[in-house]
Amino acid sequence: MEPINWHSFFFLLFGALTAVFAVAVVVTSNVVRMAFYLILSLGATAGLFFLAGADFVGAMQLMIYVGGTLVLLIFGVMLTAQGPFISMKTGGGEWVLATIIGGALLGLLVKTAFSVEDWQGPAAVAHVEGEEEHAAALPAQSPTSAPIGLGLLGVRTDKLDPAKAELAPGMAGYLLPFEIVSVHLLVVLVGAAYLARTKKRREA
Amino acid sequence: MDLLTQPVGVAHFMAVGAVLFVAGAVCMATKRNALGVLMGIELVLNGANLNFVALGSEYLRRDTALSLGADGNLIALFVIVLAAAEAAVALAITLNFYNNHSTVDVDRADDLRG
Repeated sequence: MEPINWHSFFFLLFGALTAVFAVAVVVTSNVVRMAFYLILSLGATAGLFFLAGADFVGAMQLMIYVGGTLVLLIFGVMLTAQGPFISMKTGGGEWVLATIIGGALLGLLVKTAFSVEDWQGPAAVAHVEGEEEHAAALPAQSPTSAPIGLGLLGVRTDKLDPAKAELAPGMAGYLLPFEIVSVHLLVVLVGAAYLARTKKRREA
Repeated sequence: MDLLTQPVGVAHFMAVGAVLFVAGAVCMATKRNALGVLMGIELVLNGANLNFVALGSEYLRRDTALSLGADGNLIALFVIVLAAAEAAVALAITLNFYNNHSTVDVDRADDLRG
């Protein structure tokens, strides 16, 4: 009996949580429950991010998505979930069609994902009695916050010596997208605040 | 059980991402509540994010030189930020619609139908 690879065990745990709660969002007809299942699904996705070594993105997922976007969504649900709107059911025929097409797409995507040899995972680890196991070429520490922060400022510390010298000018940082996203957020916040303002009731 | 004893790879992460994506797409297609459609959008974007992060990870591949590295993480960050912004605007539109029509049923949004 081979020892359990705990990384794989936790991947299976978080992956199962993500998938089950994502399907629960689709299946349930109560919008308040949908919002809660979505929170759980996105929280489990953050766990998957941590398992992939992307700790910065995982922390941002928890902060921005679970702690921001979903709270916003729940406010929206609370403001509009009056009596008859909590459970709006879809017809049976639509469910059948959606399930067939969704199932076909899912099968296609999973088959494609497993068809690339390189994506199957690091070389399988053989267990010899009494010997330390060596996974093939584990990368030395991969710090994610510093390269990401510096990349956003325009310095790509992980691509200092590009393989092809003529591609070097194109490997700039992400400073321009960073600025664009900042202005985009400003515009979005102003626009959303204006759109959702309370309007004065017209006196009859 | 092979999955428990062998290390997982990009393909396994992409499979979970595919489940999220398909669930979100079906949610967008079948829900009558406008907020349900918004939740479908969030699921789709998270599926895509999972793909980006998996491809950018150095621990999940046979040949670590092929991973996207910081690029994958950065693109995932931008997707998260843009998804939050788009959710805010979509919610503002939904609230406006609710204020005007007293319903969030997308089947009743047919004023512009020819």
